Amino acid sequence: MPLRTEPITINLGPQHPSTHGVFRLRVTFDGEVIQDVEPVFGYLHRGSEKLAEERTYTQVITLTDRLDYVASMTSNQAYVIACEKLTGIHPPERGLYLRVIAAELQRVASHLVAIGFFLQDLGAFATPLMYCFRERERILDLFEMLCGARITLSYMRIGGVFQDAPEEFWPALRRFLDEMPGYADELDALLSENEVVVARTRGIGVLPADLLINASATGPVLRASGVAWDLRKKDPYDVYDRLEFDVVTASRSDNYDRYYVRLQEIRQALRILEQCYRDIPEGPVRATLSNLVRPPVGEAYGRVESPKGELGYYLVSDGSISPYRCRVRSPSLINLTLLRELLMGWKLADLVVSFGSIDINMGEVDR
Amino acid sequence: MTVSRLESAPGTAVPGRCVQGRVMTQPLTGEVLARRIKEVLGGVVDDANATDVWVRPQSVLEVCRFLKETPDLGFDFLNSISGVDYVEYFEVVYHLTSLVYNHSTVVKTRVYGREEPTVPSVLPVWRGADLQEREVYDLMGIVFAGHPNLKRIMLWEGFPGHPLRRDWSEPDYPYTWPHGG
Amino acid sequence: MGELLAGNSIYRNVYIWVEGLLPTGWQWVAYFVAGFTIMFLLLNAFLVLTMVYTYMERRVLGRFQGRLGPNRVGPFGILQPVADAIKLLTKEDIVPAVADRWVFNLAPVVFFVPTVLVLGVVPFGQNSFLADLNVGILYVLALSSVSTLAVFMAGWASANRFALFGSMRAVATLISYELPVLLSMGGVLMLVGSMSLVRIVEGQRIPFLLLQPLAFLVFLAGISAELNRAPFDMVEAESELVSGFNTEYSGMKYGLFALAEFGNVLVAGAIMSVVFLKGWEGPVLPSHLWFLLKVFFFAFIFVWVRATLPRLRIDQMMGFAWKFLFPLSLVNLVVTGAEVAVWPEATTAQLWVMAVINWVVAIVGVVVFSRLVRQRPTQPEVRVFSSAAPSGAR
Repeated sequence: MPLRTEPITINLGPQHPSTHGVFRLRVTFDGEVIQDVEPVFGYLHRGSEKLAEERTYTQVITLTDRLDYVASMTSNQAYVIACEKLTGIHPPERGLYLRVIAAELQRVASHLVAIGFFLQDLGAFATPLMYCFRERERILDLFEMLCGARITLSYMRIGGVFQDAPEEFWPALRRFLDEMPGYADELDALLSENEVVVARTRGIGVLPADLLINASATGPVLRASGVAWDLRKKDPYDVYDRLEFDVVTASRSDNYDRYYVRLQEIRQALRILEQCYRDIPEGPVRATLSNLVRPPVGEAYGRVESPKGELGYYLVSDGSISPYRCRVRSPSLINLTLLRELLMGWKLADLVVSFGSIDINMGEVDR
Repeated sequence: MTVSRLESAPGTAVPGRCVQGRVMTQPLTGEVLARRIKEVLGGVVDDANATDVWVRPQSVLEVCRFLKETPDLGFDFLNSISGVDYVEYFEVVYHLTSLVYNHSTVVKTRVYGREEPTVPSVLPVWRGADLQEREVYDLMGIVFAGHPNLKRIMLWEGFPGHPLRRDWSEPDYPYTWPHGG
Repeated sequence: MGELLAGNSIYRNVYIWVEGLLPTGWQWVAYFVAGFTIMFLLLNAFLVLTMVYTYMERRVLGRFQGRLGPNRVGPFGILQPVADAIKLLTKEDIVPAVADRWVFNLAPVVFFVPTVLVLGVVPFGQNSFLADLNVGILYVLALSSVSTLAVFMAGWASANRFALFGSMRAVATLISYELPVLLSMGGVLMLVGSMSLVRIVEGQRIPFLLLQPLAFLVFLAGISAELNRAPFDMVEAESELVSGFNTEYSGMKYGLFALAEFGNVLVAGAIMSVVFLKGWEGPVLPSHLWFLLKVFFFAFIFVWVRATLPRLRIDQMMGFAWKFLFPLSLVNLVVTGAEVAVWPEATTAQLWVMAVINWVVAIVGVVVFSRLVRQRPTQPEVRVFSSAAPSGAR
């Protein structure tokens, strides 16, 4: 006699430990196997794009902090680059270097968070997370020296950065650069060959490269499929064209590769930081401009390689003091396009892991 | 697991000196692109300038398919879809990049009318349009014909109006725009 | 009653003492007095130890994770469990509207009671046990399965799908892991020739940890799964199922679940120290202290594993039970059976030879079977890669 079964529909979220914020997935299960997935967005929608239309160009920087709140620096950077394209302002050298230093520190911090929560989703009880947060704490301390804030940084300005790094920043950065490679090796040794981690992530959540490109996926998600697309190399901004680093790719495009690409990118970011520490010139950090930036009529699309992928700002100016339109191309949202393909047919336990491996940030998904 | 060295360092690390001839995404000029499109698709191009191409709203899909599938254009990557409300018309902006040739372009289309302005969905060409078109529909009220799941994404079903439109004001918070709109 | 008075149990000692104070014909009072005294002492000692263990677990986890752990309430935070208990007791008790109230309320009790019942046969020290059942091991293992029923009750009655998932997983886990756990005990029973826990302690000339390494490994893994401890904490699986079967519980009902779970770790530690580490026996220190030390040693192992390993997936976990633990426990059974057949009355020297053989078998077995069962990437059952299927379209 065939067993009579029926599918179960579960709302994972909006309050669920593994949805990285307030995200809701309506999942239909056949036993433990996922039959259907429907993402429901918008629980953290604050209308940032609308708010930006009421603020001056400089004030919008504080809004960008609150999009991707674990990587505020790169949010700032994308916005100010868009503004600089709009206004034609060229920041001084030292400001650009400081931006790159801040952005790469932020990349390390964001990837640490991603790896930590990825392992947390795998069910490792907070130990890898705490290890990652220990290192992230040091980065936040560095940020605190730079701009006084730890999460919502607002460090970058149109035409440079908010202020020069204080005296004590450089020895602290040196110490961090000396110690962080060891921490990265420690994480690698702890996690990369762990039998359970490999069994839970290898070959799971595979997304083919052509599909990823077609679905506009960017960042580590795309690079894990072997596509070496990194805006820092392909469309260099700030001073990335003078820095030597490698684009990390992997071939299998599964959950493990997405994790591993992030781990390797931490090492590449440290390489960049070393060069910036060595090469940073003296001089002013911010171009002198009036407090009210009033760009000419026009539009610009500024984009950076944020830890999550291509973060772009499309700004339209009508010549007034606030953007006519400020559209955010958020990698977190667009990387979720393939969520269905990523999850269908896998099990509940794989759902949270695959979802964690995309590394989204709800502040940026919903804006 | 490979760490690929795509280019050897695209510039020597000399501080304070701009490196000439660096690898960058090359923007294709709108005029060139407009000529190419006209050659194949005829009069679908409204306008073009140094950076952008304006095409007719009803032919967005075929233009996009042409841009993607023409071998030497190869725009396989859709960066973003944005909607802009210019009050007399809406503009839908497609930022495109070719990962193969590393060049980019901006395709725009103007849609007139405040009630259900309609643009064909480019979802058959790029999956990446899926959530972005839903977002533009939700916040700007532009309907993407042919999108199989065109629902609100950020706001809830039944939300009055589309808040990113310039004439939208919060129901309990009447507000007029200080600098026109 | 006779069963209770057999041997040199605490119960008998208290009974004799009380009986001496009473006139003849009032012996039944002595039964009750002895019973209640013992229960009172035992329950409270158990609860206090469980609180100590929760404190220990949190502090040790803190050390593992490079943080402090609870350190605010009382000196070094030792009053943290008290604070937790007060918090749980004063919390609002919420019963979901659609829950099956009776079953919902009963589940925590059913979960907690077997834990306490197991204590009845555990020898805590020399001459300190409540009852020396001649089917002790069987009794322990039988009771340990009852908690699964409670988990299923809780999950079903909550009318919550996460809870249902958790309880379904619990049942699947029990069916898979009960078998290797039972079989791993087989070797020990053959060597001792008795199921009584006291006899098992007294029958260990060398600790069975050395003599039965494979059985210990299988038992440790199996009991971790039955206790819902990492890496087999499927049933609660915080990152997947919110809190699994006890998602809907709050207040002291949740407290009972938590208490029983932490208590179960101690009970499992006690069983393991009895079966594998000579129970209360040890030099110099008093026997009760030795017993406690061994229990907390095993409890530490549980915490250690929890702090270290990520969780397995449900199918991997089933595969681990059926493809790895089950054959290994059979191997152990066969090898031990052969050894006992060859040396029915083994001398200590012969026991050491057995130990060497068993270690070789254990290492070879683990290596061979881990090669055999190593998970290869599984293919999912449904893959959709059409380039025009949008997210969420039905």
